[in-house]
Amino acid sequence: MPSYTAPTKDMQFVLHDVLKASQAQVPGYDELDESFTAAVLEEAGKLASDVLFPLNAVGDTEGCHFENGVVRTPKGFKEAFELVKEGGWTALDCDPEYGGQGLPYLMAIAISEILASSNMAFNMYQGLTHGAYSAIHAHGSDEQKAKYLPNMVSCQWTGTMNLTEPHCGTDLGLMRTKAVPQADGSYKITGQKIFISAGDHDLSENVIHLVLAKIPGGPDGIKGVSLFIVPKFMVNEDGSLGDRNGVSVGKIEEKMGIHGNATCVMNYDEATGYLLGEAHKGMRAMFTMMNEARLGVGLQGYSQAELAYQNALAYAKDRLQGRDVTGVKNPEGPADPLIVHPDIRRNLMDQKSFVEGARAFTLWGAHLIDQAHLNDDKAADGLVSLLTPVIKGFLTDKGFEMAIQAQQIYGGHGYIEEWGMSQYARDARITMIYEGANGVQALDLVGRKLAQDGGKHVMAFFSLVTDFIKETKGRSETFDAQFREPLKAASKDLQAAGMFFMQNGMKNPNAALSGSYDFMHMFGHVCLGLMWAKMAVAAEDALKNGASDAAFYETKLKTGAYYMARQLPATKTHLARIESGADPVMSLDADQF
Amino acid sequence: MKVLVPVKRVIDYNVKVRVKADGSGVDLANVKMSMNPFDEIAVEEAIRLKEAGKADEIVVVSIGVKQAQETLRTALAMGADRAILVVAADDVHTDIEPLAVAKILKAVIDAEAPGLVIAGKQAIDNDMNATGQMLAALTGWSQATFASEVGIDGDHAVVTREVDGGLQTIKVKLPAIITADLRLNEPRYASLPNIMKAKKKPLDEKTAADYGVDVTPRLTVVKTSEPPVRQAGIKVGSVDELVAKLKEAGAL
Repeated sequence: MPSYTAPTKDMQFVLHDVLKASQAQVPGYDELDESFTAAVLEEAGKLASDVLFPLNAVGDTEGCHFENGVVRTPKGFKEAFELVKEGGWTALDCDPEYGGQGLPYLMAIAISEILASSNMAFNMYQGLTHGAYSAIHAHGSDEQKAKYLPNMVSCQWTGTMNLTEPHCGTDLGLMRTKAVPQADGSYKITGQKIFISAGDHDLSENVIHLVLAKIPGGPDGIKGVSLFIVPKFMVNEDGSLGDRNGVSVGKIEEKMGIHGNATCVMNYDEATGYLLGEAHKGMRAMFTMMNEARLGVGLQGYSQAELAYQNALAYAKDRLQGRDVTGVKNPEGPADPLIVHPDIRRNLMDQKSFVEGARAFTLWGAHLIDQAHLNDDKAADGLVSLLTPVIKGFLTDKGFEMAIQAQQIYGGHGYIEEWGMSQYARDARITMIYEGANGVQALDLVGRKLAQDGGKHVMAFFSLVTDFIKETKGRSETFDAQFREPLKAASKDLQAAGMFFMQNGMKNPNAALSGSYDFMHMFGHVCLGLMWAKMAVAAEDALKNGASDAAFYETKLKTGAYYMARQLPATKTHLARIESGADPVMSLDADQF
Repeated sequence: MKVLVPVKRVIDYNVKVRVKADGSGVDLANVKMSMNPFDEIAVEEAIRLKEAGKADEIVVVSIGVKQAQETLRTALAMGADRAILVVAADDVHTDIEPLAVAKILKAVIDAEAPGLVIAGKQAIDNDMNATGQMLAALTGWSQATFASEVGIDGDHAVVTREVDGGLQTIKVKLPAIITADLRLNEPRYASLPNIMKAKKKPLDEKTAADYGVDVTPRLTVVKTSEPPVRQAGIKVGSVDELVAKLKEAGAL
């Protein structure tokens, strides 16, 4: 039977030993002392293990049902959703003015990992609501905020994001859904939206759709897109629910994974909508929460790797197959456990070193978002926009890859549904696709983020790494050999790739874009290398200060050394590919394929 | 009425327990620790009494190492009003024996004057099942152990007990000591707002010496060992062979 236990100890390590959260000069961080964050993480972990995780397989096998125009979620989802609501978990980082708990985003992300690992499909109902909450909070009028936010903070009403249409996904300029202005200031929205996660369901009394549409007569293409609030049930002046709006579910999709989440085709038929923010500035409104949304998807990617790793590890310790080549380890048994074999170790170390690095990277990203929002720190904002496509693209690619590796540990049993590994791989797969497919993330990184503000942010990243390398000079011989030197080499590769783009990208954009995917992965490796080096510093310091839990910190150092030795050198391959330019990629005519 | 609930920090029920190499006990260093599940049920019952208007204050007490304050915070987050931590050991491996615990609790009762004590029937680490009973003896109060249902009726408590033959309902005079069994209730999950509030609830720290109790162990642990590993079985060809094997093994 698969199981899940929240990695609270590792989260505490990142929050306190690495990020030193309670000392950071960010409003609200002084609340985050160790015992408080431990209590919050433990309680969320309890809910995740006892309630949400048992429903993960239920959601996968049962899926959602669409009958007589009504979407029904899997058995047990409704009760579990009530528990999550009652626990106040939906409101963690929301504005206290609308009933939120007002904790930093950093804490929300730590809790999100726990909820996503235990049941990703389930957690999306709340996740999408949070996204819609953020959009209304950032762009809504006071009246709109007062009308919608309190019920969205509590998840009494859930939210959705409607971007994709049958003929337009990444290229939203092709959008056809139209919004016709009415005399009373509202709009009539007509069109079809597809792939709408949590589009409709039986978990809440109302669904607040955020819909991108074009106001006739506005600018062409992407510049003419506006954002609208379209409630499933109209909301009366007194806050009570009124008539059903002209929005309905066409069908729900049969998907590869996340079966517990209803992915809907939504039909808007002269539905009443209200402009959110300014007309024709819909994309800008969407972009203000893009960093958060993409960081959230990067998190989903590694959350599935974490879940898969926990189970693969238990299996590797339990399953007896073959003997240790260096000598029998389990003389009483008919064979030794899988974990004695070097290739199984290699596989487990890949997973462990990735997941722990990814966790630190994501929490650091969340910390930067807090600095940007709460301290109005422009540098942090620039840095996190640069890192966002890396978090999204790299962590989801690797998250899926690691879920597949975890499945491999099980041999044939990994392919059998009962063991859970198939679901984790299938669920992880979507994270590479939605919220901007990973190829688009690479394009965003190389085509937009590198040069943003005159390349200021990427330069800031490089100085951050260089400064760290300088500061840690002479720490210890092992740190130098195992962490500092490999980080230095990888960072040099990344700079060389950036240089190649600068020299070649202007005259031949294909030279840069042919290497964009490699660059994204290379960047990801350097970020995880940086995280591991930082974690190594924290672990060494803790050991020096006589930490009671020496074994934990020693394990950290060894896991980090593995990443630096076995994963980070991938930057060399990526650099070679990038420097080969556009020719190998583009030399065939389309007809020659 | 004030309700006192003693809670113990024990090895988490999900943790696979490992015996220390020298056999002196189980390894507790860096192992996940949680509130004893029976104590969680006791805290829940106290909160329900308060919600039903039968109690007005819930005081939780833990006796042991300093880290037990995390356990107390959990109880506060569930809904207890304040906490008392009695530090009686430095090493997480030191277990305070039931008699010493009962004596400290008696001293706490003298200071706090609760109308009711609800304790877990036993802690899942050593399974002593003794503290509640000893406390009743020391205080001279009535006791109702292994409760699966608790009602307050004026100056009496009506308690349904899980006994070998089924259920037994007794009426005891308050103040009393009740010990909670597994089926008394299902403890709630602490909500995020309550975890935040728990930070600000009072937690007093005392020592065993403050109450004049000597916690020196009176029992000696002779040996701690893992349960024997289950041996592989054999298939028998007939009933006769089965009977013969059972006789051989001395089972018949």
